[in-house]
Amino acid sequence: MPSSQPYRNSQTTAKAGFIRKYFQSASALNLMYLPALLLFGVFILYPLAKGVQISFTNWDGYSQHYASAGLKKYSQMFNDKKIITTFKNTLIYGIGSTVLQNLLGLAYALFLDRKIRGLGFARTVVYMPVIISPLIMGYIFYFIFQYDGGALNDLVALFGQETVDWLSSGPRAVWIITFINTYQYMGIAMIIYLGGLQSISKEYYEAAQMEGARWWSQFANVTWPLLAPAITVNIVLNIIGGLKLFDVVVALTNGGPGYASQSLSTMMYNLYFARQDAGYAAALGNVMFLFISILSLTVLFILRRREVRM
Amino acid sequence: MSKVISRLILLLICIVHLVPFYLLLNMSFKPLTDTSSKWQPAAAMSLDNFSSAWNEAHLSRALTSNLIITVCSIVLVVLIGSFAAYPLARHRTKWNNFVYMLSISCLIVPGLTILVPLYKFMVDIGGMNQYWAIILVQVTFALPLTIFLMTGFMGTVPKELDEAALIDGCSRYSIFLRIIMPLLKPIIATIVIVLGVQIWNDYQFSVFFLQKPEVKTIPVALSGFITQYHSNINWVAAGCLVAMLPMTIAYLLLQKYFIKGMADGAVKG
Repeated sequence: MPSSQPYRNSQTTAKAGFIRKYFQSASALNLMYLPALLLFGVFILYPLAKGVQISFTNWDGYSQHYASAGLKKYSQMFNDKKIITTFKNTLIYGIGSTVLQNLLGLAYALFLDRKIRGLGFARTVVYMPVIISPLIMGYIFYFIFQYDGGALNDLVALFGQETVDWLSSGPRAVWIITFINTYQYMGIAMIIYLGGLQSISKEYYEAAQMEGARWWSQFANVTWPLLAPAITVNIVLNIIGGLKLFDVVVALTNGGPGYASQSLSTMMYNLYFARQDAGYAAALGNVMFLFISILSLTVLFILRRREVRM
Repeated sequence: MSKVISRLILLLICIVHLVPFYLLLNMSFKPLTDTSSKWQPAAAMSLDNFSSAWNEAHLSRALTSNLIITVCSIVLVVLIGSFAAYPLARHRTKWNNFVYMLSISCLIVPGLTILVPLYKFMVDIGGMNQYWAIILVQVTFALPLTIFLMTGFMGTVPKELDEAALIDGCSRYSIFLRIIMPLLKPIIATIVIVLGVQIWNDYQFSVFFLQKPEVKTIPVALSGFITQYHSNINWVAAGCLVAMLPMTIAYLLLQKYFIKGMADGAVKG
C-alpha cells in the first residue's frame, strides 16, 4: 500500500504496521457490514429464537413465571376453526393481491411507457397511494364501502338498485381488502416494470420490426423474457407484503364480521393483547414465519431458474 | 392505438385513481351539519374539521414524534445500509455471499411474527416508549431492502473506478466515501422515499412500542382519534388528510430521482 513506510522495524511499529495492513486489505472491508449484522442479530435473530422458546410455554405475556406447555399450543392450532379461516384469508391476501398487482402493474407500465402528454402526471397519480399509510387507506375505503351513507351505496342508489352492506359478509370483505391492497401497491409494481422496460435495448425491437413481428410477438419474444428479473422482484415483494397484511384489515373491518376477514397478523395481535395468550401467539408467529419463508423461497427459486434458462 | 384512444385511457386511469382522494378532500371540507352524499361538493367550505382534528388528535405532538423517528432512522439506514452493501457488492467471496443471503432473508421475516419475543425484549431493555428503541427496530427492519437495493445499484457502478483510485493511492475507505458515496444519490433518494414512507406510516411497531401519549406517532394518534370520533366522519377525513400531507410533499419533491433508482437497484443488480 502506498502509505506504508518500509524503514520502521521496531516491534511495536511492526504490530501497528500489521494492523494497518489488515485495515487496508480487501477483506477488512468486511468490517463495514458489522453494524448491520449486529442489528439483525439483536432485533431479528435473537427474538426469533426466543419466540420458539415462548411458543412451548403457557405464558400470558405479563407475568414473571410461566410453565412449559410442550406442544399444546401447536396442537391447539390444528383444532382451531378460526385459525383455518385465517390461513385461508392470508393466502387470498397474499396470492390474490400478487396476481392482481402484477397484471395491472404490467399493463399500466406497458401503457405508460410511451410518449403522450400527461403521462408523468398519470404515473404520479398511480404511485400516490403507496405513500399513504395503509391505515389511512383502510379508513378512506371504509367511507366508500360503509353501508349507511357510503360512497358506493350512494351510486348504487342513484341507479335505482338495492343498497348492499358490503362489509357484512366475510368472504366479500376479504376480497375488498385484497382489492384495496392492490390499489395501494400496484404503483410499486408499475414503477419496477417501467424500470425493467426502460432497460431493454431498443435494438431488439428494431430487429423484431425488421422481421415484421407484430405487437404481440414482440411482447412474447422480447419484452416478456427480458422483463424476467423485474417479474421476480415484483412477485416476491408482493407475496411477502400481502401475506403480512395488517393495517388495512385493522382499519377496514378489524378482522370482522366475527373472525371472517382476520389475517395471520391481526390474529396474532388479538391472541397476544386481547386474549393474553402469548404462548399461542408466539406459536402462530413461528408457523406464519415458516409458511411465508417456504412460500416466498419456493416462488423465488422457480422464478430465478426461469431467468437463468433465458 | 390511435392518439385519441390513448388519451382517453390516460384520462380514465387518472380519474379512477383520483376518486378516493376526491372523496377524502370533499369530506374534510364539509361542515358536520352537511349530510349530503359524499360525492356532492361541499356547499360551504369550512376549515373547522381541520382545526378540530388538529387539536383533538394532538397532531402537532405526533408530527414531532414522527419527524424525530423518521429522520434519525433514515439517516442510520442509509449509512449502515451503504456501508454493508459496499463489501457485499465489491468483494464477492463465499462468506460474503452467505452474509448477503442472510441479510436478504431478514426481508422475509414479518415484524409481527416475532412480536411476542420482541415485545418482551423491549420491556427487558427498557425500550418501551423510547425513541432510541423504536428507531433501532425501524432501522433493523428497513435494512434488508436497503442492502438489496444498494448492492444492486453498486453493481452498476464500474469496478474500474475503484481500481483506478486504488492505484492512485486512495485507501479503500476513502474510495467508498469520496467516489462511491457521491454516485449513490439516485439510490439514496429512492431509499429515502420507499423506506422513509414505510417508517413514517408504520403502525404495527409503533402501536406496541409507543403507548404513552407524548411519544405517539401520527398513525397511532390517528387510530385512537378515529375510534373515539367515529361518528364525526368529517373530522376523521380532515385528520387523515393532514397526516398524509408531509409525505406527499416529500414524494413530489424527490420523485425525479425515484424511477431510475428503483430500476437500477431492483432490476439490474
